[in-house]
Amino acid sequence: MERAANMNERDLSYADVNRDIVRSLVETGPKYYITLGCAVGLTVVCFLFPWFYQLQLGIAAAGMNHPQVWGTYEAGFIFWIGLSHSGTLLSCVLHITRSSWRKAMYRSAEAMTLFSLVVAVIMVMVHVGRPWFIHWAFPYPNQMELWPNFRSPLLFDVTAIATYLTGSSVFIYMGSIPDFAAVRDRTTGWRHHMYTLLSLGWRGTDTEWHRLGWAYTLLAVLIIPLAVSVHSIVSWDWASSIVPALHQTIFAPYFVVGAIYSGTAGIVTVMFLLRKYMGFERYITEVHFDNLGKLLLALSLIWTYINVLELFTGWYSGDSPEIEALKYKLFGYYAPLYWEMILFCAFAPLLLISKRFRVSFVPMLILSIAINIGMYTERFLIVGTSLSRKYLPDAWGVYVPSLVELSILVGTIALFSTLFLLFVKIFPSVSIYEVKETLAEAAAEVPERDTGAAGGDRWQPAR
Amino acid sequence: MTPTPSEDKPVEPERSLREKWREYRKPGYYEELDYAWTMTIDLDRCMGCEACMVACKAENNLPIVGEQAFARGREMQWIRIERYWEGQYPDIKLRFIPVMCQQCEAAPCETVCPVTATYHNQDGLNVQVYNRCIGTRSCAVYCPYEVRYFNYNDHHWDQPLEQQLNPDVTVREKGVMEKCTFCIQRIRLAKDHAKDDGRRRVRDGEMVPACVQACPAEAMVFGDRKDAASRVSASLKDARAYRVLDELNTRPSVIYLKKVTG
Repeated sequence: MERAANMNERDLSYADVNRDIVRSLVETGPKYYITLGCAVGLTVVCFLFPWFYQLQLGIAAAGMNHPQVWGTYEAGFIFWIGLSHSGTLLSCVLHITRSSWRKAMYRSAEAMTLFSLVVAVIMVMVHVGRPWFIHWAFPYPNQMELWPNFRSPLLFDVTAIATYLTGSSVFIYMGSIPDFAAVRDRTTGWRHHMYTLLSLGWRGTDTEWHRLGWAYTLLAVLIIPLAVSVHSIVSWDWASSIVPALHQTIFAPYFVVGAIYSGTAGIVTVMFLLRKYMGFERYITEVHFDNLGKLLLALSLIWTYINVLELFTGWYSGDSPEIEALKYKLFGYYAPLYWEMILFCAFAPLLLISKRFRVSFVPMLILSIAINIGMYTERFLIVGTSLSRKYLPDAWGVYVPSLVELSILVGTIALFSTLFLLFVKIFPSVSIYEVKETLAEAAAEVPERDTGAAGGDRWQPAR
Repeated sequence: MTPTPSEDKPVEPERSLREKWREYRKPGYYEELDYAWTMTIDLDRCMGCEACMVACKAENNLPIVGEQAFARGREMQWIRIERYWEGQYPDIKLRFIPVMCQQCEAAPCETVCPVTATYHNQDGLNVQVYNRCIGTRSCAVYCPYEVRYFNYNDHHWDQPLEQQLNPDVTVREKGVMEKCTFCIQRIRLAKDHAKDDGRRRVRDGEMVPACVQACPAEAMVFGDRKDAASRVSASLKDARAYRVLDELNTRPSVIYLKKVTG
């Protein structure tokens, strides 16, 4: 209610909400085009060209070598999957717990999920040696008359990610239907036609609202376990091996927490940018940053705990390869990266204890980016340190990413930004109807206020 | 006299679905292999001459990757001689151990491949199907012996070196994983010959992989473990026999005979 009260204080009416959000879709300034141009340009130069080069040459374009067959591509895949984790999951959890502060931010959080997943799938394509045969990993009747290997954790991955991708796209789309209709009613020309198609003939009747409410909650409940399972399964790619420091039972919860952690940090980053550049100051407020900050703090503590535990179980086993891997991680070639990760992900987030820090936007932005840098490092280190020190000392080695790999890393960020920039012009990036619900709830508490549906609105609260 | 079916045909007792299932599913039938190819390597005899590596390169069309790729750790050698130094100068010892694919019976690489490009065949070999491989490289990650080699790029052979390529062995494309096959082309040939001769099985010593053939010290013995009379079965009884990283329970088919220093 705190959030709603804030909104009323700022004299937000239904018409304001409509105007602000439709404006974010139809009014496009030169700034947007410049940003989009940069993002597309970077995607082409830093992602598509190097990838094309790599397809021509082979994985030789990357820096991988004999003990280190997985490198930044695999780390990038896990990173993007991780980043995808908070959006839809957070949105679902907050939806079924009826937290009203969710309403202004969930749409863009879900979009983040969707696009991170898309980028993660592309990372798999970049990672494998022969991406032109990647469809063989799908269970379809093929010319080889061969099923994929159902014992393989990589196949579980394919299944889990495909399901998650489907689930989250349906979820974000379904939640946007009333908003598409709202935008349809307020736009003309090709946009009107597009939103007519997208809104699937939504009229806003009671039955429709009722069904939407049901379906939405049902899907939310279904997606929560899915989100947990996806990253557990991704962790099995590594945990079900017998490589020292990868073969850990803690990996599934560790990865899930890590994923939600980096995803939440990602949401903070996106929130900041949306607020600043899309003119959503009145919708995304300190309350959101405060709440997300608390969540980040809690997650960072769990993450740190699991990290310490990981070291402890390795040490406690007394197994010589395990101890060697542990030593290498803490004091070996990649040790500076390890301590950077600890600084960014375990110590820096302790600043969130202070409320003043949580509600200041720029420090939150810096922290959220630092956390994600740390989390990327974490993924890289899991591959890097473990594969450098496997069993036979003769096959020990180090690996340094090549320029192509670094360029693709930058390129994927650009690709993600491109997708997101396109998204904010197609989807209302702040949910119109749910923000209005908040207003209505607030109005019920403050009856003297005029909350009449301005602008001939039919939007009534669903629940 | 034709018996009437109603009288002489025994009435089939009613069997539950469970019983039928049990009968159908003979426990362990899938573990019964035609052969169990095994290699023993006597480390007392190995002097680290690397003739096996050269023989393997020639037999299996392994590319020479060149100086740069070698420096980056991308050499292709299905068998390698690992060198371990012991002690301090001047009291120093050098030990060799040739390591190739251990053809594990419980191979970690087999479970992880999403497209079944690596699997266990009827001869107890861990085989790699190049055409099926999509290059996730997860098998190399899972392999504790580090014996899987990835084709980081296409390799070429300068004229006239391409003339010496073995026609029985594929030349692998970029993006494909490869490893020691126990010279499966030779095994296939030997099996074919055995069949042509009207024999059911390959005789002991009828074929050996290139590395075994090339070993000047005869440190390596290759054969069928299921054949109790084979040389390899005899050498398996040696008290010095051990498997590398036995504690991982991968059950390798390559067995080493310990070097005894006295």
